[in-house]
Amino acid sequence: MAFASIVGLEVVYAVAMLILVSLGLAIVFGMMRVINLAHGEFMVMGGYAATLAVHHGINFWLAIIVVPPIIVGAIGVVIERTIIRFLYGRMFETMLATWGLSLFLVGLMTVIFGDDTEGVPMSLPGLHIGLYQESGYNLFVIGFSVFLVGAVYAFLRYTRLGLLARATMQNAPMAGALGTNTSGVYAATFALGAALAGLAGGIIAPIAGVVPTTGGSYIGQAFITVLGGGASALAGVVSAAILFGVVDQAATFATNAVFGEVALLLAAIVLIRLLPNGITGRFFRRSL
Amino acid sequence: MSVGRVVSYGVPAVIGLALLIGLPQLLDLFVLLQVTLYVVMAILALSLAFVWGYGGILCLGQSAFFGLGAYAYAITAFNIGESSLPVVIAILLPTLFAAALGYLMFYGRISEVYVGVITLTVTLILFNAVNSTASPEYRIGSALIGGYNGLPNVPSLNFPFDPDNTLQPDDVYMVAMATLLIVYFGIRWILRTRFGRVLVAIRENERRVEFIGFDARLHKLAAFALGAGIAGAAGCLFVNWGSYVSPTIFSMIQSAQIIIWVMVGGVGTLIGPILGAVALSWLTAEVGTQHVINADILFGGILIVFVLLVPRGLVPMLTEHVWSRVMQPRRKVAVAAKLAAPGGRA
Repeated sequence: MAFASIVGLEVVYAVAMLILVSLGLAIVFGMMRVINLAHGEFMVMGGYAATLAVHHGINFWLAIIVVPPIIVGAIGVVIERTIIRFLYGRMFETMLATWGLSLFLVGLMTVIFGDDTEGVPMSLPGLHIGLYQESGYNLFVIGFSVFLVGAVYAFLRYTRLGLLARATMQNAPMAGALGTNTSGVYAATFALGAALAGLAGGIIAPIAGVVPTTGGSYIGQAFITVLGGGASALAGVVSAAILFGVVDQAATFATNAVFGEVALLLAAIVLIRLLPNGITGRFFRRSL
Repeated sequence: MSVGRVVSYGVPAVIGLALLIGLPQLLDLFVLLQVTLYVVMAILALSLAFVWGYGGILCLGQSAFFGLGAYAYAITAFNIGESSLPVVIAILLPTLFAAALGYLMFYGRISEVYVGVITLTVTLILFNAVNSTASPEYRIGSALIGGYNGLPNVPSLNFPFDPDNTLQPDDVYMVAMATLLIVYFGIRWILRTRFGRVLVAIRENERRVEFIGFDARLHKLAAFALGAGIAGAAGCLFVNWGSYVSPTIFSMIQSAQIIIWVMVGGVGTLIGPILGAVALSWLTAEVGTQHVINADILFGGILIVFVLLVPRGLVPMLTEHVWSRVMQPRRKVAVAAKLAAPGGRA
């Protein structure tokens, strides 16, 4: 029984992690049809923001939850204004430009911070279940992902800015004709995606440490989750994260973590062969 | 054959043969080794130039096939101890892998952009998977996969079925250069066949080609697999160049570089990507020795600038400029002659 609940928690944790890593990418892709290949580097920047904040004596929770999204969101606005806005509607060019951006940011961070792994010290009591122990931080990650999905949903569904964002993404000229500053909405949405990526980076920093090149190890999973999810940003990410999280953990328990990721990829390719428009292309079509 | 065609095939053939025979005589061994690397990268660039520039397939993970070819050669060469069969496997394995992947992508009719993301993700996951196979339990036959340590001391190429007679560095150069010429003229020949013409038509308008009655999926699949085979051959030569292969061959920067070569040289040309690969590989080597500017910053910056400002690449831009200079006066003369001709329409 204790073992079963630990395994269950690990699966839920894997799902929560996928949601956390993919949410920013999904907002930018789902709402703006922009595939941001620099998503991983946005996460790493969030990680560095958290590390620097902790090293400057800022409270641990402020440093991982508040500082990274603000800083990376601000960087996101700058990047949207200087590069992305010239490429709207041209998905492939956007991918190439954000790929260039990704390399550029890796290089820049290597020059600034060096190649060493920076850590964020963290102490949370673990949770004992029978003979096993679950890390307290894992439970925090699970709870926080649930909160984050709820917050993003509430923002898009119930606030005026969320309404304007959805209207602009659905029909930009019409929203513009009704007086919306569409270019401002694009910038704000991209910044929101960047801020969510930064937040994910900040939260992962205490677990994985931060080094300029780690971005690449997250984006594979993030892309798979977003593509598997399909057009609806939130429902897509949540449903795909549940599916892939379970597949990943099942394969990891059966073999090891390497094959877990390979199984994830195979599941995603088969899924896209069956449902080319992702899960939300067939199911939950009217969801957000 | 028209004069134009003789020139367009003859000039590259003469230059290529001259480089093939001449360079080993002229250059010292160190420079020749560098040039061999550039030639290998040019073959790799051609593989993407074909798939992306003529097939219209947005493959962001061409380095997956390059790496698979390299690893396939290294592992089979360790096991067999003779290079004839490993070379064949280094080309066949990426081809088959691409065919399977292409079947799932093209027959699933996913959009072009998804093809880009999936090919990139495959590369990323191959990198992660191969990178974490360092422990000795991961072995294929007698070859340790080696994880992030890579595979050192890979047996080099030998003359077919003659294991004791291994190729010297200048032989490897000649093999690489000959492969480049074969691939270059091979692609030009393919583009003149019915298959090549249909492929270019699909790039222009896939739906219309399907209405005419061609199977676009099959053509794209074939092009994708062929490109992967070429990339695999380049991977095989790459292992022979350094007798070493490591997972960085699957890395993001390696995948990005192939895209950058083609992008800078010009999508939809063959000579552009070759020149792009040679010039930028040279630049990589220079930057690597100088420590003035970080290579990632440089290449990231180049990619951003070209996407925003020179999206068609240098060769199309330059040739069009020169072309209009050369052609414009003649056209004026022709028009003037027509106007002056008695009975001509004014």
